[in-house]
Amino acid sequence: MPEPSFMQLKKLSREDRSHLPQYGLAVLGDCATQHLSMAIRGYGVYAGLHIPVLDVDYNQIDAQTMDAGSELYQYQPDGVLIQRCTEKLYEKFCATPLQQRASFAEDIYAGIRKTWERINTNIRTSILQCNFPLLDDSVFGQYGNKTPDSFLFQQRKLNYLLMEGCHQVKNVYMIDLAAIQTARGQAHFSDPKLYYIAKMPIALEALPAVAKAVADTIRALRGTVKKCVILDLDNTLWGGVIGDDGLGGIQIGELGLGHAFSDFQAWLKELKKRGMLLAVCSKNNDATAREPFEKHPEMVLRMEDFSAFVANWQDKASNIRSIQQMLNIGMDSLIFLDDNPFERNLVRSMLPEVTVPELPEDPALYRSCLQELGLFEVASYSAEDANRTQQYRDQAERRVFEASFQSYDDYLKGLEMTAVAAPFDPFHYPRIAQLTQRSNQFNLRTVRCTEAQIQDLAQDEGHICLYFMLKDKFGDHGLISVVVLDKQPDSTLFVSQWLMSCRVLKRGMEEFIINKIMKTAEANGFRRVVGEYLPTPKNSMVQHLYQTLGFTPLDDNRFEARVSGFHYHHTYITEA
Amino acid sequence: MTREQIFEKLNEVFSDVFDEEIVVHDETTAADIEDWDSLTHITLIAEVEEAFGIRIAMKDVLNLKNVGEMADIIEKAV
Repeated sequence: MPEPSFMQLKKLSREDRSHLPQYGLAVLGDCATQHLSMAIRGYGVYAGLHIPVLDVDYNQIDAQTMDAGSELYQYQPDGVLIQRCTEKLYEKFCATPLQQRASFAEDIYAGIRKTWERINTNIRTSILQCNFPLLDDSVFGQYGNKTPDSFLFQQRKLNYLLMEGCHQVKNVYMIDLAAIQTARGQAHFSDPKLYYIAKMPIALEALPAVAKAVADTIRALRGTVKKCVILDLDNTLWGGVIGDDGLGGIQIGELGLGHAFSDFQAWLKELKKRGMLLAVCSKNNDATAREPFEKHPEMVLRMEDFSAFVANWQDKASNIRSIQQMLNIGMDSLIFLDDNPFERNLVRSMLPEVTVPELPEDPALYRSCLQELGLFEVASYSAEDANRTQQYRDQAERRVFEASFQSYDDYLKGLEMTAVAAPFDPFHYPRIAQLTQRSNQFNLRTVRCTEAQIQDLAQDEGHICLYFMLKDKFGDHGLISVVVLDKQPDSTLFVSQWLMSCRVLKRGMEEFIINKIMKTAEANGFRRVVGEYLPTPKNSMVQHLYQTLGFTPLDDNRFEARVSGFHYHHTYITEA
Repeated sequence: MTREQIFEKLNEVFSDVFDEEIVVHDETTAADIEDWDSLTHITLIAEVEEAFGIRIAMKDVLNLKNVGEMADIIEKAV
């Protein structure tokens, strides 16, 4: 996908796309932001999002965030983008007395933190904070790096402090303008005359890249994230053809072009460590394909890094389909990498939902090319991510175990499952938020939540919030389900959220959870539980869930069960 | 580049920026084109710069009286 030009985005921004998923954005800046807003609207359309933008007047950051009745707060945006420009920052720096300059970054940072606090006191939203593109005033030359009195020093420090701030304040996400500036070069990032004439710190030609960063972040916040990279082997993960060249002949590590492939593998391994699944889809004999991972001393990726490994002579589209079913994740969360244009085109035409990036011919460029695509945005990260590959591998072992039993009941019994049901606690907020953002299939009402919203729910008296964890003899699934119950009049508990990871389907967990919901209702004096199914293109799996679990329909999508006389379900799960 | 070629290309840029078929002349000014406000002026300048591979100086951005003057600047620069 080539990057659209500003003019293309401008045209797209005028199209009516109100049927697309909507994300209301407010843009605040101490510089002119109209062109940026236009580019973001256009990029939204380009990326399949309707982003109505409230572009408040120039230089209104304080006015809009201090006044409880401001346009900004009335608009109730899903996100607030804050752009403060380096040019203004420099004006402030020049006006700062010499003896106060060493604390300049901290003073500005404190002000930005106040802005975030004010927004968070008034509305529930996500904050997208731009950092500061580098403006080196060269007053100290290279020495500026060595003295806290230089603008260079204070500005870099400020960008660092903003990162710390984003880490601490859960609903703040960084839009890394400095990185975009570095990637494009200053001459293609800003045009001084535009700032002098129109207070525009970013040149038109760089706005699509900035809009893309904003749209990518919004997509990740909305739960559209990639979950698995499916990899070809020959000339993708190593140079040469294992079937022809043999173990000693493939290029990896020191041999030939090997270093580029080793680096590429090392980067894929980093993705895996942050929770991305890796899978292999190769036209090879299975044993031949496995051999390098098992025996080649310089291979960076090993068999245990893959959640699925498919090497045979079937067409790749069929194999990708079976990998997708094996892992039980959405087709649109897959990325397929293959050096062969024929295979790429085949997969693109057979499986249009799969993302298939063009790989450059030169393997030296694989990594940088993929890094520029913005495919790897996430809006959360939790300790469980690092374990995800292991969890999917445990799953494969369970399947072998399953095959050894006569009946499914015997298999479930043999799994020795224990589950935990507990109210939300701060330690698990990140994982709970993440699960609400990632679960698409087993998700009754598809309510996406940020960590801050999870915290709100947990602390609000009007809700009972439960998370569920499951483990068995093969391993720990971790936190796999989230339930939010709203206390309503007439002794009613309304299930406003229920979602579950598809990894644990058909274990009796659904039954275990509904039992828990009914018991919770009873223990808190409620007489009935009402559940609702809101259809999306992806959650038809749970369309009949409530009925299957013994609820009676109230209308098309709502179901109820009485606490008294509820028929509790039998499971093979013990509550820990 | 002849003046004629410059105007041909300017017509393309103007039509693109204002999203309608536009033919400009030496005497065309902002008053002649409905959407030509200060915001679009910035877009226009950036697009002219890109189309001709030139850089227009700040004073020219601010002081251009009509498209003819713009063509003069382009003529000198290319």
